[in-house]
Amino acid sequence: MIDFSVFVFYAFAAVLLAAGAGVIVSRNPVHAALWLVLAFFSGSGLWMLLEAEFLAISLVLVYVGAVMVLFLFVVMMLDINLDRLREGFWRYFPVGGLVALLMVGELVLASLSKNFATMGRNLPAAPADYSNTRELGMLLYTQYLYPFELAAVILLVAIVAAIALTLRRRTNTKYQNPAQQVRVKRADRVRMVDIASGETAE
Amino acid sequence: MSTIPNFAPAAAEILLLALVSLVLVIDLYIDQARRALTYYLSQGTVLLTVLVLVNHVNTAPVFTFSNMFVDDTLGRVLKVLVLLTVSVVFAYGRQYAEERDMLKGEFFSLILFATLGMMVLISANHFLTLYLGLELLALAQYALVALQRDSARATEAAMKYFVLGALASGLLLYGMSMIYGGTGSLNLQEVAQGLASGRVDHVVASVGLVFIVAGLAFKLGVVPFHMWIPDVYEGAPTAVTLFIGSAPKIAGVAFFVRMLGEGLAPLAHDWQQMLVLLAVVSMALGNITAIAQTNLKRMLAYSTISHMGFVLLGILAATQQGYAAATFYISTYTLMALGAFGVMLLLSRAGFEAEQLNDYKGLNKRNPWFALIMLLVMISMAGIPPSVGFFAKLSVLRAALDAGYTWLVVVAVLLSLIGAFYYLRVIKLMYMDEPEDTSPIGGDLDVRVLLSVNGLAVLLFGILPQPLLSLFNHAVVQSLR
Repeated sequence: MIDFSVFVFYAFAAVLLAAGAGVIVSRNPVHAALWLVLAFFSGSGLWMLLEAEFLAISLVLVYVGAVMVLFLFVVMMLDINLDRLREGFWRYFPVGGLVALLMVGELVLASLSKNFATMGRNLPAAPADYSNTRELGMLLYTQYLYPFELAAVILLVAIVAAIALTLRRRTNTKYQNPAQQVRVKRADRVRMVDIASGETAE
Repeated sequence: MSTIPNFAPAAAEILLLALVSLVLVIDLYIDQARRALTYYLSQGTVLLTVLVLVNHVNTAPVFTFSNMFVDDTLGRVLKVLVLLTVSVVFAYGRQYAEERDMLKGEFFSLILFATLGMMVLISANHFLTLYLGLELLALAQYALVALQRDSARATEAAMKYFVLGALASGLLLYGMSMIYGGTGSLNLQEVAQGLASGRVDHVVASVGLVFIVAGLAFKLGVVPFHMWIPDVYEGAPTAVTLFIGSAPKIAGVAFFVRMLGEGLAPLAHDWQQMLVLLAVVSMALGNITAIAQTNLKRMLAYSTISHMGFVLLGILAATQQGYAAATFYISTYTLMALGAFGVMLLLSRAGFEAEQLNDYKGLNKRNPWFALIMLLVMISMAGIPPSVGFFAKLSVLRAALDAGYTWLVVVAVLLSLIGAFYYLRVIKLMYMDEPEDTSPIGGDLDVRVLLSVNGLAVLLFGILPQPLLSLFNHAVVQSLR
């Protein structure tokens, strides 16, 4: 009789692997994005099993709720030519497959080693009033203050880079200037012309 | 429960971050006509940071931020070199960027952020800070390559760089996670202790090591992980190539020394064999492929690959002498790269990139002085005495010889002889051919003076290499155990 949590672990892990494979093999990019959502869900299930509630919830909130929705929008807006993406797949398959096989072999060897068999056996049980979020916050602002600040700087660089690469004034496009539209006077738009009967306005 | 960390050892990093943020904000309020102010502010930022670094040097390493940050002599020396290099990059690249509508605030702020990343990397004592420093550097570099957004070549180069860089980061992280799984720590000293204790399974440690070395090799651009170097060098605007080809190499070598020389030192026997292979193929492929190039930027890209092979010779000795030789080599290489790209930037003008080898034909008739500077840089890259490149090669070869790699030294000497061919071809083009292009050579006075000093330094340190060599020896002895 296996432990229930072991059963849950294998269930989530199997779904995670299947979803990961789905991201790679699905032909439709929208489907791939949805598979990724499923992968995030199962990943957060695994974290929940490890009693890392904060991480599990933020994974769902941030990645599934925000990032993947944006991602889906982008995928739908882009015109992705799948045939061009798949070009040369079979030509590179032997080399790629060989490298992949080698890596799988290495990973299997490493994970079978006695090193990981004994890991995590003697973890102390958390007390009932243990708050995951509080502990994470404590660590982030004390022991991991320096990497935490560095991560903030990296985000700042990402913002600067994204703006530098996308923002520019294009002079040849037609766009509306709301301020100008609001400020417009009647005289700018309407011209009163007196036309005597029988004549035509030029 | 936890006391406030000691901020003093990281004073230079903190100052740099504060000043970069200031430059970023001030630049928003400056119109294009007065962009020169951003340039002077950036130069001031760099020089102030240098002053803070040289103000006080500890004799023994000081750790702070939960031992994630180390302030030692080697770190200070390398950081000062990185900052001085960045200052020269700004000076050389300014006019080029201006003529190509690239002289925006982001050109300066991204380079300064990348500099911060390099400083973090150089001072890292923890896998996490090593990785974050690297990403900070890399992210700014990807954006810099793509900064000229209407150039299809630059965009393609940036895309390749980004995808391969992300792959390398993935490899590196995977290797780090393996080592963490084995030793239970991310701190470099604790990792070294854990590995030395022998309780870590050898398979886990070596799988982790393979991934880490592959990731490191990607970042430094050694064969077989070099594919991005020629495309990025050629595709990026020359002012950005100058940056990518200079300062980050110093940080890359610091990364190797910290990661392999400190954290994974107990596995030296394993990584030495890997580096031997990487060094030989880099020197061979770099030197032989460079001969076939007609584009000077591509030629210098392949030459970089072969130089990185030489740097690995110093690192794979796994001795203090070897690390000192490797850092000496990379510093002199940076000096030469600045000189070579500096001349290239001097000859470029609006609408003309002096990047084909034929553009250098008859340079001696057009401007004998800068032809001489280029000559000095080229003989130094080829490793011909009395230039500093000769002593750099000599010191890494001696380190490898003392570590018992006699055959490797013989191979390296033979390959650098092959390499001498393409450097000498540039000299032949400059001195023996007739010029095809007779337009005057521009450049501001400060750039001309700086470039002259740069070129003469290659000769000066070649005649008097001892002070520089002993500086690195001293720094390594004080910093690494």
